[in-house]
Parts: sequence; structure tokens; C-alpha cells
Amino acid sequence: MKTKPESIQPGAGEQFEYSYKAEITNVFPLTRMEKLYQIQLVDAKERAEFIFQPGQFVMLELPGLGEAPFSISSSPLRRGDLELCIRAVGNMTRFLDRVGRGAMVGISGPFGTHFPVEKMEGEDILLIAGGLGIAPLRSPILTILEQRSRYGRVDIIYGARRPSELLFGYEYAMWRRFDVGLEIIVDHEEPGWQGPVGLITEILRARIGAGSADALRQRTSAIVCGPPVMFRFVCDLLVQAGVPVEKIFVSLERRMHCGRGKCCRCNIGSTYTCLEGPVFDYWSVLNLKEAI
Amino acid sequence: MLFKVFPVCELNRLFAVLQSERIVGPVKKGEDQHGRILYDFDVVRDFSDLHLDFTQTIHSAKKYFLPYRENLCTFTFKDGDWQKEVDYGGSAPLIFFGLHSCDINALNKLDKVLLGGRYPNSFYAKNRAKMFIVGHSCTPQPFCFCKSMGTDSAIHGFDLFLTRLDGIYFAEVLSARAFHLLENIDCRDPDSEEHRRYLEAIATRESMFVAHVDTSDLTKILDLEFQAPVWKEWGERCLSCGTCAQVCPTCYCYGVEEHVDMNFAHGRKEKMLYSCNLLDFASVAGGHNFRPESHTRLKYRYYHKHRGFVEAFEESLCVGCGRCGQSCLAGITVPEVIASVRASKE
Repeated sequence: MKTKPESIQPGAGEQFEYSYKAEITNVFPLTRMEKLYQIQLVDAKERAEFIFQPGQFVMLELPGLGEAPFSISSSPLRRGDLELCIRAVGNMTRFLDRVGRGAMVGISGPFGTHFPVEKMEGEDILLIAGGLGIAPLRSPILTILEQRSRYGRVDIIYGARRPSELLFGYEYAMWRRFDVGLEIIVDHEEPGWQGPVGLITEILRARIGAGSADALRQRTSAIVCGPPVMFRFVCDLLVQAGVPVEKIFVSLERRMHCGRGKCCRCNIGSTYTCLEGPVFDYWSVLNLKEAI
Repeated sequence: MLFKVFPVCELNRLFAVLQSERIVGPVKKGEDQHGRILYDFDVVRDFSDLHLDFTQTIHSAKKYFLPYRENLCTFTFKDGDWQKEVDYGGSAPLIFFGLHSCDINALNKLDKVLLGGRYPNSFYAKNRAKMFIVGHSCTPQPFCFCKSMGTDSAIHGFDLFLTRLDGIYFAEVLSARAFHLLENIDCRDPDSEEHRRYLEAIATRESMFVAHVDTSDLTKILDLEFQAPVWKEWGERCLSCGTCAQVCPTCYCYGVEEHVDMNFAHGRKEKMLYSCNLLDFASVAGGHNFRPESHTRLKYRYYHKHRGFVEAFEESLCVGCGRCGQSCLAGITVPEVIASVRASKE
């Protein structure tokens, strides 16, 4: 007969509030709003043991200012060192925008589910990003490129509002060298822009039309991230094209205060985004009320 | 389970034995405009302040294990660096004297989510670890629907549970500590006549429930009726004030704020209990709000309690204490909301 679960004995789970101390080792301005922060855990042992999967997130803390979740933008093969692409938009990120290298921050995690690129080997991959959605997608992109021979056709479709808001532009040439189809579209033109203007779904529709229907049905996985409004349009197109719902993966954004399934802020109906997500397959998304 | 009986007058001695530690129990706080006594849980120093015949406390007992505000850590800043100190607290033992079944079951449910999973909440665990719980049987009130939620009796989660019969207390003994505690008072095994009186008392109490919630197939109905217009009607009444969550014994969601002292030498991270009905509950940086409308937030509250938690733990998060309905400034009650959602099915 039990009166209390064993885990409420004193001393149980005292890691709840633990965060790794980390240093911002480099800051790269990407656009007017976003910067890429390279962050390294200070303790050598923790650095060696810090392992993540593409699509997972960390809680980044600026002590005294706040803590928020960010998807990791770098490849898991960079050990103990991670890159976060952050838009200066809230109190904490605007402060972060003003600090430079050498600043000490807190990192906890990695948390959540990942894009199962290991299960996609041998398949064609469609990566579709809208706006800041490229930040969580850069991790699976780099992971796939590092093991390029394990995958079939790889296409990246990326849409942004304006050419000046495109992220990681300096890397596109490198991505393309790995036999990757990279197509970029913007909502609004700017002087010097020679690419297409319009909706991301137009590019996707063209890509689907050009591909083999069998390949889409039988050996294609899709990875999607963008603003809330984008998911349904893009995922519906993919489903219509025959990509199975369980092979379409999305990364969802939600407010989080713990990352550990306790604050309840990221809850979608019956599910914690921090534990069961942020990466969900589209089958799960269809099963969750108000997910997208 | 072991049962004991003792004369009512012995309860004072039981209280006195426990008194070396902090005792929290139901006390009188005042009267409402109709002259009804208002009860709440508070620290009890004098046995005569303990009102075990209380109807229902306004607030749940959660401030003693999920404080409305709680320090998560403190920071010391020096030379561009910082040190973080975490005090999980909860070293002092706590005696709950007089929890009803609903509030004991609330703790059992919170244990599942807060102590379970990969990341047990250490703050809650510390508060829970040195808790001794004396439960007490209740008289069902018109707003109590615990029977519908299956929480009208507590099977575990207490040390001692008392049911008052004529002149005696009938005690369920669930822990060794409670067993030894009873050695301090005039206490004996119940006879068959007392067994019968105990079962009679249970049956009488069972017959007193008025409020009812039909929970059959509720998870399916909540999915089927996710777009039902009736949610909007409740949303229009809801004030989005979050009172329901504050009085709820199982609402555990929270927000976090960080502060820096004026001298920039120290900072702290503070957790405060929140409510999913508050406007910014699901808003993210950049301004997007996943639940901008009142009815989407109200619906989510029901969805989490009666759908999401059931999926995760095979039981509802709601214990049917009825406090939310009693405290709601807009007069929204769980039985009415669920009945209306069920009705829109037909």
C-alpha cells in the first residue's frame, strides 16, 4: 500500500532548475532583425556530454532578464557548441541583440523531439521554410548535407517577406555544392532581386509537378517550418501530392516557461509541445485540436 | 487497510501530539452576505480554531505546495559573470488536518504530472516530501460533483482519514506513522456494529450528492464539439480573470519573471501561478497569440482538464470540488458548461 510515490522522497530530481553556464563566443548579424549566436558550454565535461538531435530546442536564459526556448540552428556534429538564430523581438532578445561575444548565458536542454533524419535515409527530402522557420530547419539541412550520400534528391524551398530578410544567404552557395535544389521566393521585391516573387506554395506546386508522383508517394519525407498560417497551406499541398501524413514533419512554436512539461504554457489540447514536440509528424498535428 | 476507532474527545489529544509541527487546517474566515460561514485553509495553532465540520474552503490548499509566487533561483552578478543558486526549499514538515477527499485526490493527480515524466518538479517534490495528511469526511454541498469525477472518496494519498460517527471517529490508517500516532490516544479496533455504522454513514453521504456531470464519452464529445457555437456563448460570459484557476486545487500552470536588483548585484527568477484564461497565456514573442479569443481560452481549460489529462493519465484533472463555479464572477460552472456542450451534440 503506498501513501506517496517514491519520487517525492527528499532529494528526488533536483536537476529541475539546473542550467549549463555557457559563453557567447561569436555573434554574426544576419539581417536587420536576426543574429546568429555561437554559444559554447563553459564546463569541458558538460560540453563533451551535450548531445542534441536536429530540431531539438534549448532554453536560453539571460540571468535577471528572462528565459525562452530556441530551436538549435547548427548541426549536431558540432559538439558542445551550438548556434541559435534569434530575432530581436521581445524584451530578452532585444537585450541579447546588444550584448556581444563573451557574454555569459544559461542553457538548459536539449529538449523535445527531433526531425528523424536518421529514418529518412534513402529517401528524397523536401525542406520547406517560411521566414524565421529556416532557423530550426538549418540543423536538419546541415545534418543531411554532412551525410549527403545517404539521401536521394534534396530540395530546399524557402520563402521570406523581402530579399533583405533572407537568412543564411552566405551559405546558399555551399548548400548548392552538395547537389541540393534551393529555391527562394519573396513576397515583396527589392532593388537587385532577380528571383521569383510570390507565395511559397507556388514554388512548392511547381516542384511537386516536376517530381515523380511515385517518388512523392513512396520515398519522400518533408520537413516544414514557418509562420502559423503557412503550415496548413503547405502541408495540404504535400498531402494532395501524395506524401504520407506520417512522413511530413513540422516544428511548432509555442510559449514556454520551463521546457520540461510542467508550466503548461505550450500545451496544445492534450499534448505538451516541449515534450511531444516541437517536431510533430502531420498525422499527430491532424489529431491535435488547434495545433495549426 | 487498517481501521481504528476512538472517542471524539480524543481528537484534541491527536492534534496536540502533532502540534510540534506546522498544522494547516480549515478555519473560519468570516461570513458572506447571506450569513454563511466562509472557510479557508490556514495555519492552526489552537485546536478550537480547527473546524472539521467545514463545508468547503474558498481556496484549495495548494498555496502550501504550489505557492502563488515562488522563487526559482537567485543570481549573483560579478565581473560580467553570474552565479546561480537554487533553493528547492520545503524542509519544514507540514501536517494537513482535515482535507476532504477532493483535495486529497487533487494532490494525487498533481503528483502524476509534477512528479512524473523525465523532469520531476523538485520544488513541488520538496513541498510534498514531508507532508502528513489527516483526511476528514465531508457533507456534500449542492455544488459538489466529485462523485461524477470519481473523486468522492480517497483510496490513497493520506496517512489517516477520519469519518465522524455518533460519539466516535472511525479512522482509516494508511501509514506506519499514522499507526504509531494513534498509540498516543485512547484508540481500539472497531467492532462489527461500528463497521455497519461506518458503511451506513458512507451510504447516507452518497445519497446527498445533487450536482452531476455526465462524463461518459466526454473525451470524444469534446473532440466532436470542438467547434460548437456554445463555446462562444460561454466565452462571451467569461471575464478572462483567471479566478477559476486560482481557487482550483489542480491548476498548476505558471509563468516566470526575472528581476534584477537596483544595485545590479543580484537577480532572481520568480514563478507565479497563472491561468489559461488570461489573455496572454499562449502569446509568443512577436505578438502572435495562439488563443486570442476568450472562448478559445475557456474551451482550452475544459479541454485540458477533461480531455488532455485523461489521455495522458486515464483520469480527469478535475476533482469536482466546485470551487471554480462558486468563485466565478460570471457564474460559470463546470456542470453547466459540460451539459451544454453535451446537449449541442443532439
